[in-house]
Amino acid sequence: MSLFLRDYLTVVWFGLAAILLAGLLLGVAAAVRPSRPSKEKLIAYESGVDPVGMGWSQSQIRYYVFALLFVIFDVEAVFIFPWATAVERYGWFGLITMLIFIVLLLDGLVYAWKRGLLRWV
Amino acid sequence: MNLMVASLLAVDPLLDTDKWWWKVLAIVAAKVLAIFVIGLIGTMLMVWFERKIVSGMQNRIGPNKAGPFGILQTLADGMKLFFKEDLLPDKADKWVFRVAPFLAFVPAFLLWSVIPLGGDFTDGKDGTVTWFGETTRVQLIDPPVGILIVLALSSIGVYGIMLAGWASGSKYPLLGSVRATAQMISYEAALGLSLGAVLLMSGTLSTSGIVGGQDGIGNWNIVATGFIPFVIFMIAMTAELSRPPFDLVEAEQELVGGFNTEYSSIRFGLFFLAEFMNVITMSAIIVTLFLGGPQPLTLGGVDMLGFAGPFGGTLWVILKTLAFLYTYVWFRATLPRLRYDQLMDFGWKLLIPAALGWFLVLAALQMTRDKYDGLGPVLLAAALGVAVLFVAYLLFNAALVVSKRNREREGVAY
Repeated sequence: MSLFLRDYLTVVWFGLAAILLAGLLLGVAAAVRPSRPSKEKLIAYESGVDPVGMGWSQSQIRYYVFALLFVIFDVEAVFIFPWATAVERYGWFGLITMLIFIVLLLDGLVYAWKRGLLRWV
Repeated sequence: MNLMVASLLAVDPLLDTDKWWWKVLAIVAAKVLAIFVIGLIGTMLMVWFERKIVSGMQNRIGPNKAGPFGILQTLADGMKLFFKEDLLPDKADKWVFRVAPFLAFVPAFLLWSVIPLGGDFTDGKDGTVTWFGETTRVQLIDPPVGILIVLALSSIGVYGIMLAGWASGSKYPLLGSVRATAQMISYEAALGLSLGAVLLMSGTLSTSGIVGGQDGIGNWNIVATGFIPFVIFMIAMTAELSRPPFDLVEAEQELVGGFNTEYSSIRFGLFFLAEFMNVITMSAIIVTLFLGGPQPLTLGGVDMLGFAGPFGGTLWVILKTLAFLYTYVWFRATLPRLRYDQLMDFGWKLLIPAALGWFLVLAALQMTRDKYDGLGPVLLAAALGVAVLFVAYLLFNAALVVSKRNREREGVAY
């Protein structure tokens, strides 16, 4: 196994240990706690009154707009991080290219702003 | 070739050997165990710390029954949760409902693995220590993409919250989780962009490399990046953790308990644990990125905690992290909760443009500083900076004018 992967193997073990710990906590709790479910207990909580309709109700479209906008900046981060670690190596060419790239992406945000999408009513 | 691979991957010197595999295994196992213990005890103390400080600020006594100064209160609460009945609501998606706590808990733990928890970074040393004749770092792993792992894991944590809310099959948790997701992805953008400023200064993604570059308080990234990215990072991080004043995720008046309303017993406990563990790890990450991690604060060239010897680095990490933990509790006791539209406006209209603008100015500065001598670079960077800021200002103004016109046309909404 390469050195690169060996380093990550430690993370895998650590992750497994964390899963094991969480499982252990749940297992111990399952062994010692009482279990007396009744019909009323299993109703979804809605401030004490009987729930109306489905729990999986529709949510507002606005959330979807913000998720889309987030993609802009996530893509931006993907390109910015590697460049930021080696700014000097790419020189002026890299800086100007990055400026154009960022301003273009920023345009997306400004456009969304202009169209009033960032307004939370 | 071997050297190149080693420097390229910045692997832990411990793993770069084929001899004594059981010794290596023992050290790795010891590290894993130590981090587990630190994580759990730290979380336990953090809950107590927060309750005690908040009660002090609100003129109450706070927990004082379990153990000295109530320090075992969290343990008592945890024990109670073990013996509580665990309910799976009728309408819940059973499988996702069971998996979600793991998705919140495991990333919170994994975040510990990349934080440098100690070691000697002074005078350009690379922070390795020698245990049982083996050289290693005081962090579980030091991958070349350490910071990306932090970002990735904090994003996976969002899945836990989102799925928990969705799987409950109930309205309040659903609303809470949708809010949480929108808030977290909004502030993650600002978080990532202010992180870019740190990467500009350090030129590496590895956490120990970032710490190594911050020798002396003048080189701490909080100073070197000009304070603004630090402030943005701090605010964005508070929002990521959904701590007050950004705790709309669990605004009791509106959403009951938020995404974990339907959770009970130790399943709820796991969310709780993950939340508080995230507070500690994220504080440690700020310390790593901006305050030099284990780098000592020197007074007249002397390490102020020099007496601690090889544990000095660890002591510094703990001290600096404690300062941030206190700040978070202070926020909670001081600041009222934001409204949701204020929260979104703040993130998208102030933090993100500010982080981007500052990042570009810093990039120009960084490039010119190393390329030319004398006054030239400063002037050049200043000119470029002013140009960028001017363009940004124009954009900002245009957007403001447009939004004002929009408001006038459509009527004032808020």
